[in-house]
Amino acid sequence: MSAMVQEAVQQHSSPSEAAARTDLVPIFIMGKRYMVPSTLTIQKAFEYAGYQLIRGCGCRGGICGACATVYRTPGSAKINVGLACQTVVQPNMYLTMVPFFPANRAVYDIEELKPDAQTLLKYYPELAKCMGCNTCTKSCPMDIPVMEYISAAIRGDVEKAAEISMSCVMCGICASRCPAELGQYNIAIMCRRITGRHIWPKAQHVAEMVEKINSGRYDKPLEQLMKADLETLRKLYVERQMEPHTTPEDWTPDDKSFI
Amino acid sequence: MGYTSELMELIKRVEKTRPERVMKKKDGQEFPALTLDQRRDRLEKYHPDFRAGALRELKVGPSKGLSIAQEIADTFEAKSRLDPDAIDFNEVHYETDVLVIGGGGAGTAAALLAQEQGARVIIATKLRHGDANTMMAEGGMQAATKSWKDSPYYHFLDVMGGGHFENDPELVRTMVTEAPKAIEWLEKLGCMFNKWPDGKMFTLHGAGTCRKRMHYAGDMTGAEIMRTLRDEARNRVKDIGVLEFSPAVELLIDEKGRCSGAVLYNLETEEYFLVKAKAVIMATGGSGRLHMSRFMTTNHYGATGDGLVMGYRLGIEVRFLHATQYHPTGAVFPEQAEGLLITEKVRGAGANLVNIDGDQFVFEREPRDIESASIIRECEKVGKGVPVPGQPGRFGVWLDSPMIDMLEGEGTVEREFPAKFILFKRYGIDISKLPMLIYPTLHYQNGGLAYKPDGSTTVEGFFVAGEVGGGVHGANRLMGNSLLDITVFGRLAGETAGKYVNTRSEIGKLSVDHVRRYHEELETAGIGFERVSPMVLPDYGNPEVRKRQWTSHYVGTLR
Repeated sequence: MSAMVQEAVQQHSSPSEAAARTDLVPIFIMGKRYMVPSTLTIQKAFEYAGYQLIRGCGCRGGICGACATVYRTPGSAKINVGLACQTVVQPNMYLTMVPFFPANRAVYDIEELKPDAQTLLKYYPELAKCMGCNTCTKSCPMDIPVMEYISAAIRGDVEKAAEISMSCVMCGICASRCPAELGQYNIAIMCRRITGRHIWPKAQHVAEMVEKINSGRYDKPLEQLMKADLETLRKLYVERQMEPHTTPEDWTPDDKSFI
Repeated sequence: MGYTSELMELIKRVEKTRPERVMKKKDGQEFPALTLDQRRDRLEKYHPDFRAGALRELKVGPSKGLSIAQEIADTFEAKSRLDPDAIDFNEVHYETDVLVIGGGGAGTAAALLAQEQGARVIIATKLRHGDANTMMAEGGMQAATKSWKDSPYYHFLDVMGGGHFENDPELVRTMVTEAPKAIEWLEKLGCMFNKWPDGKMFTLHGAGTCRKRMHYAGDMTGAEIMRTLRDEARNRVKDIGVLEFSPAVELLIDEKGRCSGAVLYNLETEEYFLVKAKAVIMATGGSGRLHMSRFMTTNHYGATGDGLVMGYRLGIEVRFLHATQYHPTGAVFPEQAEGLLITEKVRGAGANLVNIDGDQFVFEREPRDIESASIIRECEKVGKGVPVPGQPGRFGVWLDSPMIDMLEGEGTVEREFPAKFILFKRYGIDISKLPMLIYPTLHYQNGGLAYKPDGSTTVEGFFVAGEVGGGVHGANRLMGNSLLDITVFGRLAGETAGKYVNTRSEIGKLSVDHVRRYHEELETAGIGFERVSPMVLPDYGNPEVRKRQWTSHYVGTLR
C-alpha cells in the first residue's frame, strides 16, 4: 500500500485527531490567525485553513510563478518572499499571496529586435531609472541576482541578462518591490528571446534535417515501417543499434541506410 | 532540515557501491535491459494499470464497452454542470473565428498558427495563461535532428517500441517527421535550447531512445518553451485574446452538428459566458488531478481531464485511457516536495537507481512504465525499498544523482539541473553529493480523444491537440515526446482550424443538444446522475471546515 498517497488525505485530519494534534502552529493569513500543521507548505496551509484556491495556485511544483508570497516573522522588519507551493510555514508568520501585480510589457516583433541597449531602452525606457537599490535581488524567490541582469541589460549585454535570468518564473515580486517601477521579468524574457533568436548561432544540423525531410529522404523507409507486421517491427526495434552513453558527439552508427 | 540520521546512515551503503557503478558506466557496462517478454511480465504483475479495480467498462457514449481508468469513467458517467434548459442562447458574449480551450503549450502553439492563417483567436483557460503541465516539463524534447546518426526512422521505432507497438502509426509518422521543424520553429521564436558555441544543440538520451535526441534548456525545457510561446501570443494581442480563470465547461453545436463554440465559466464571478466560434481546438491537457489509483501526481492544479468529457459528450471516441503513465521518479522526501517530478534527464545523464543495499535492480533507461513497475516490485515484492521517514509502510528507492558529477565532472548537476538543485538546497540536501529518495508518481495521460494527424476529428469544427488527444504514444509515452507532441500537434491543429474557418461561412443556431442526448443515454443506462463533470478544480478543501460551511452549496468540487 506504499503507493497510496494522496495529498488530500495527508493534509487533513479527523476531528479527534485535530484535537489531539500537537504539531499545529499559528500562522496569520492576511493578518488572520489559523492553526495549521507545521510541516505544510504555505499553499497547503491555505487549503487546510479552508480556502479553495482559484488564484495563487498553478503547477504546485515551483515553476509557474502563480503563488508568489510575501511574509514576515515576529521580531524582524524583514520582508521575506517565497513561492507558496515550495515554502514551509513558520510559526507566527504573517503572509499574503501576491497572485497578480501589474507591470509594463512591451509589444514587439521578435524579428526586428537587435541585441543592444538602444533596443531595450526603446521598449523599456524605465530601465534607465534603475537606481541600483538591489531590492529586486533581495526579493526574488528563485534567488536570481535580478539587479545584475538589469545592469547587464542597461549595458547592452543582452546575452548576460538572458543567462542570469534563465530560472525566472515571472512571479512579479521584483516588479512589486521596485522603486523605479521596472517590470524586470518582462525585460528578462525579451533578453532571452533576443539571445535565442539573434545572438546564439542557428543550429545548422536542424535546418539540414528539415531540408532532408522535405526532400522526401525518409518517406520510403517510414512507409516500410508503417507497412511492417508486428513481428518485423519488434525485430527491428530490438535490433536497432544503441548509441552508447559516453561516446563523443560525432558517433555514427554502423548501418547508415536509414539516416 | 536535510535527511534524517537514519537516511544518512543508509546513504553510506549507496556511497559504498558508487565507485564501482561509476567505473562500469564509464566502461559502457550497463545493467541488463529487460527483453520484450520480460517487460510484458513485469507490467502485468506490478504496473498500477493492471491492478484489480483500476479500470472499468464504459456504459455510455461513443466508446461504450471500452475499459478505461475508473476515475476518468466517473467523469464520463456524470451529468453536465449545466442544465441545458438554463442556458440563454440568445445572448452570445464573445464571437471569434477560433476558440482554443486551454492555455498551455498545445493551445498556445495552436493559437499562434491559427492566427497566422488570418484567424481571430480567443484562448480560454482555467488558470493563468501558461499555468499548465507544459510549464512543468523538465527534461527535454525529442527530435531526430542529427542526420549523421539519427533520423525520423529511428525515432519512429523508439516511439512504437515505447508504446508497445499499439500506437497509431499515422500519428507517429507525423510526429517524428514534424519534430525537427518544431525545434526549428521554437529556435526561431527565441527559445534558448542548450547549444555549443557553433549553434549545435546539445542532445541526450532519454529512456527508450536509441539515439541521443533529447533537446533541452537546462532542466526547465517546458518552462522555456511555454514562456516563449506565451510571450509571442502576447505580442499578437491584436488577434489573440486570452480569457483567464474562464474554463470551458461544455461545447456548443449548431443544427448541423458542427462544433460552434463553448460555454465558459468565470471562476471568480461565477458567471457563465457563451463563445460563438467557427472552430474549437480542444487543448486542455491531462488528468493527473483525478488521482488515478489514489496516486500522488506531478500534474498542475487544473489537470482534471475537462476536455476529455466535453469531447466525449460531443461524440468523439477515446483511445488508450486504460493506460496511465506513472513517472518513475517522483520525490518522496522531504514531505513538502512529495510528488514532485525529478526529471528523467537525471537518469539520462547516467544516475543509477539503487535499493536499500545500494544495489542496482533495473536498467535506468527502461521505458517509464517498465521502470515504474520495477521500482514498485523492488519495494513491494523484493522488499528492498528504503523506508520513508515518518510515513510507516511507505518506501522509496535511491536515485543516485552524485554519479553524474563523477561521470561528467564536478558542477554538472548544478549546471544541468539548476531548478532541482536549488529546490533541494532549500531543503538542506545537496543533490550533487547525496542521492534523492523517489517513488513512481502519476504523470501523464497516455490516451485521450481520437484525432487525425492534422488535428481534425469526426466532428466538423472540432480539433484536438496535445495531451487531451490519444493515439500517438500508444499505451506508454517516452520522455521528451510530450513537449514534442504539444508543439507538433498544436501547430497542426492551429493551422488546420485556421484554414477551416476560412471555408465556413456561417454558424447556425447554437445549442447543447448533444448534451441533452448524452443525458438521455445516462438516464436509460440508469447511471451517473449523482455526479457532475467536468471537475474543473480538485477538492483539497478541509472536510472539517466544510462541515461548518452551513449555508454553502457545492456542485461537484466547486463551491
